[in-house]
Amino acid sequence: MTESILEMRDITKTFPGVKALQNVSLEVGAAEVHAICGENGAGKSTLMKVLSGVYPHGTYEGEIIFEGQSVAFKDIRDSENSGIVIIHQELALSPFLSIAENIFLGNEVSKNGFIDWHKTNAEAAKLLKRVGLSDNPVTPVTDIGVGKQQLVEIAKALSKRVKLLILDEPTAALNDEDSAHLLGLIAGLRDEGIACIIISHKLNEIKAIADKVTIIRDGRAIETLDLAHDEISENRIIKGMVGRDLENRYPDRTPSIGDEVMRIEDWTVHHPTETGRVVIHSANLTVRAGEVVGLAGLMGAGRTELAMSVFGRSYGSDVSGRLFMNGTEVRAKSVAEAIKHGIAYATEDRKKYGLNLIDDIKRNVSGAALDKLAKRGWVDGDREFAVANDYRKSMNIKAPSVGSITGKLSGGNQQKVVLSKWMFSDPDILILDEPTRGIDVGAKYEIYTIINELAAAGKAILVISSELPELLGICDRIYALSEGHITGEVPIENATPEVLMQFMTQEKES
Amino acid sequence: MSVIKDSVDFLAGRLRQIGIFLALIAIVVLFQILTNGALLTAGNVSNIIVQNSYILILAIGMVMIIIAGHIDLSVGSVAAFVGAVSGVMITQLDFPWWVAIIGSLVIGALVGAWQGFWVAFVGIPAFIVTLAGMLIFRGLTQIILGNRQITPFPNEYRQLGGGYVFPGLFPATTSPAEWITVGLGALALVFFVAQQFRGRMARVKAGLETEPTAWFVTKLVFISALIIGITYLLGVAPGSRGTPIVLIVLAVLILVYTTVMNRSVFGRHVYARGGNLHAAQLSGIKTKWVDFYLFVNMGTLAALAGLVFTGRLNSAGPGAGDLFELDAIAASFIGGAAVTGGVGTVIGAITGGLIMGVLNNGMSLLGVGIDYQQFIKGMVLLLAVAFDVFNKRRSANARK
Repeated sequence: MTESILEMRDITKTFPGVKALQNVSLEVGAAEVHAICGENGAGKSTLMKVLSGVYPHGTYEGEIIFEGQSVAFKDIRDSENSGIVIIHQELALSPFLSIAENIFLGNEVSKNGFIDWHKTNAEAAKLLKRVGLSDNPVTPVTDIGVGKQQLVEIAKALSKRVKLLILDEPTAALNDEDSAHLLGLIAGLRDEGIACIIISHKLNEIKAIADKVTIIRDGRAIETLDLAHDEISENRIIKGMVGRDLENRYPDRTPSIGDEVMRIEDWTVHHPTETGRVVIHSANLTVRAGEVVGLAGLMGAGRTELAMSVFGRSYGSDVSGRLFMNGTEVRAKSVAEAIKHGIAYATEDRKKYGLNLIDDIKRNVSGAALDKLAKRGWVDGDREFAVANDYRKSMNIKAPSVGSITGKLSGGNQQKVVLSKWMFSDPDILILDEPTRGIDVGAKYEIYTIINELAAAGKAILVISSELPELLGICDRIYALSEGHITGEVPIENATPEVLMQFMTQEKES
Repeated sequence: MSVIKDSVDFLAGRLRQIGIFLALIAIVVLFQILTNGALLTAGNVSNIIVQNSYILILAIGMVMIIIAGHIDLSVGSVAAFVGAVSGVMITQLDFPWWVAIIGSLVIGALVGAWQGFWVAFVGIPAFIVTLAGMLIFRGLTQIILGNRQITPFPNEYRQLGGGYVFPGLFPATTSPAEWITVGLGALALVFFVAQQFRGRMARVKAGLETEPTAWFVTKLVFISALIIGITYLLGVAPGSRGTPIVLIVLAVLILVYTTVMNRSVFGRHVYARGGNLHAAQLSGIKTKWVDFYLFVNMGTLAALAGLVFTGRLNSAGPGAGDLFELDAIAASFIGGAAVTGGVGTVIGAITGGLIMGVLNNGMSLLGVGIDYQQFIKGMVLLLAVAFDVFNKRRSANARK
């Protein structure tokens, strides 16, 4: 590793209101596997999007030097022509096309405008061999497993004469065997001289395969550790990922905890389409009145899946286990029933699942409990307005009126509309999935204050968050989830980022 | 000056909504000039209303389906099917006319339930289900009729499609139809003005009013003039025939469905379902039942349209209602409904339907052939939606 293939210098990327990256520098050596670590939202993906031209030159500050030359990519195609290929976590394969068609998609082997099928399939077969697949190139992609699909993506990258391969969470959806195969393949590519950047949460994998690891936190590159030469423990990496001081970013609160509100026992959930796959393994969890409980877990651990399956089985299939509300077992097989039993769930993706963005504030606020405003099927518009207006004032929703369209509000204000909607449904327990995602610091504080007020009013709160400091700052108790198993339950007195991260990365022998 | 500026800003903001009304007026004025005043005569206005009434009835149901993010291609066939069944009930089974009418509406609801079942509970896209329905019910119509027409129908049955309020009950000279029409016109006028004022007061009280006073007054004066004008043409002008019964039916439908879409829980659920299906489901809205009832409603309205059409023609034929669905869909989209769902109004769809109707009528008066009529209607649909897309993009850019 004498010379470097890639150097990113002082990259700064700003979105309206947020500095996603601040003076990040990254150096990747030729024939090196370079891991990038960081919490969700730290800026890893943004950095890779800058590198691969998703954010074109001119939308960021800083310089990218690839193979000794300063480059300015206009788009992905541009970066691919230079030999930088990114493979996203969600695979970009077209399911009903064959393996060979997918490999050469957008890059077809053609002669005089007609596709040369013989050559396409022959070339595809060669590439498949390189990645260790023996499947027939004419097999539709939908007929092979996720692990093999990942390899097809790599074959596709190889067809583009890749020099630097970027993999975003490549093993998140894979089982151990497929993961091992993939990691072996990456090591093999390194030996062929292909550099690789791998974004991963799985520290054991990073330890096993990466030569270096760069840790990103809050949009800054914190440090680069040399795994190949120094002895570096997983704890050392964890410390780098989470080691930020908790100042006054969280409002004070004196918890007054009452009786149990919600309890799930032996809660098991299967994947909605691949019904054989267990997503949540016999989880047990309790939340009490006035208590703020955290649910920590890395991406793919099953946090949202657990919450949504409890919320009227809006996720998953073949849900089994017992759900108790205020001590009595209830059956909530639909969202309407769940709401009736006093459960509310504010989604992590408010634009996609939380709001009707083309409608106004008041109609969104009333959306989950319109019956409360209606008599014999007719909505009382005056009361609806009054209710929404009260929330606009008490939640400090910044909008000219409750007639404003929610799609035009800022993220923080949209989130307050979502919270208003669920508060109006008058639940006993509020499940808040990533309540502060994509919200600026000031609005975050307001959301925390609202959570505290709700708890003080005797509601039970379950907060799902990727940001450990947030959980540590607002929760009374935290559960850790890893690969569908609840691996730990930590009272706030004993909770530290290191302890939680250990539970969250703990692999359960199934 | 600032009054003018506010008004301009306001109009620019509502260009889409106001645009179609202006377009309708422009088209009316254009044809009035081109036809040397033949468009706005008592007989012709009456004709426009009666000829388009079934399309307008269909458009009410269609725009609701479109707001929810679906489509219904079967309404023409369903209207023909129900017309045929009503014919069988009356001429072969000797049912009284009112039993036949009620029975037909029930059959329409059942047809809607059949399609709603496949869309809502089986999860087949409405496009496919209703494309199949278009063939199925066209086929059933032809099977029932044996490729013959059923005619004539009893006088009472025909009133829905071709009747006027109390025509011929009195000697023409006393013309009570005239007075009933004037009375209805006055009623409509009072109702409209009262409703507008009440709404404005409520919005002012709530601090929601964005409409400049000048515009409110303009709107009020304009629509009052419209109601008075139509009343005059239907009841007072030379050659007037009184109020078509179907106009009263339509007015009631428009009123009821506008209220349902704006103020009922069901209407809200339709908008929520079309605006964001996932968010609606995660708010506990039973979106499958919303879909189901929408199709039941559409089936019932298609049946009503079939009755009106059959009554007007005084015959039920195997080819009846052909391409009605496309006119109703076009009316909805010209009236501002969005292909992606969540957007649209009943009144918009009615305006869209009237634009198509006046175009048809005006071009026929001018002797323009069906070939050119089709071409022009197609262009109007395309341009109306293009205008919508352009307008949205502009306002999206303005926000950035």
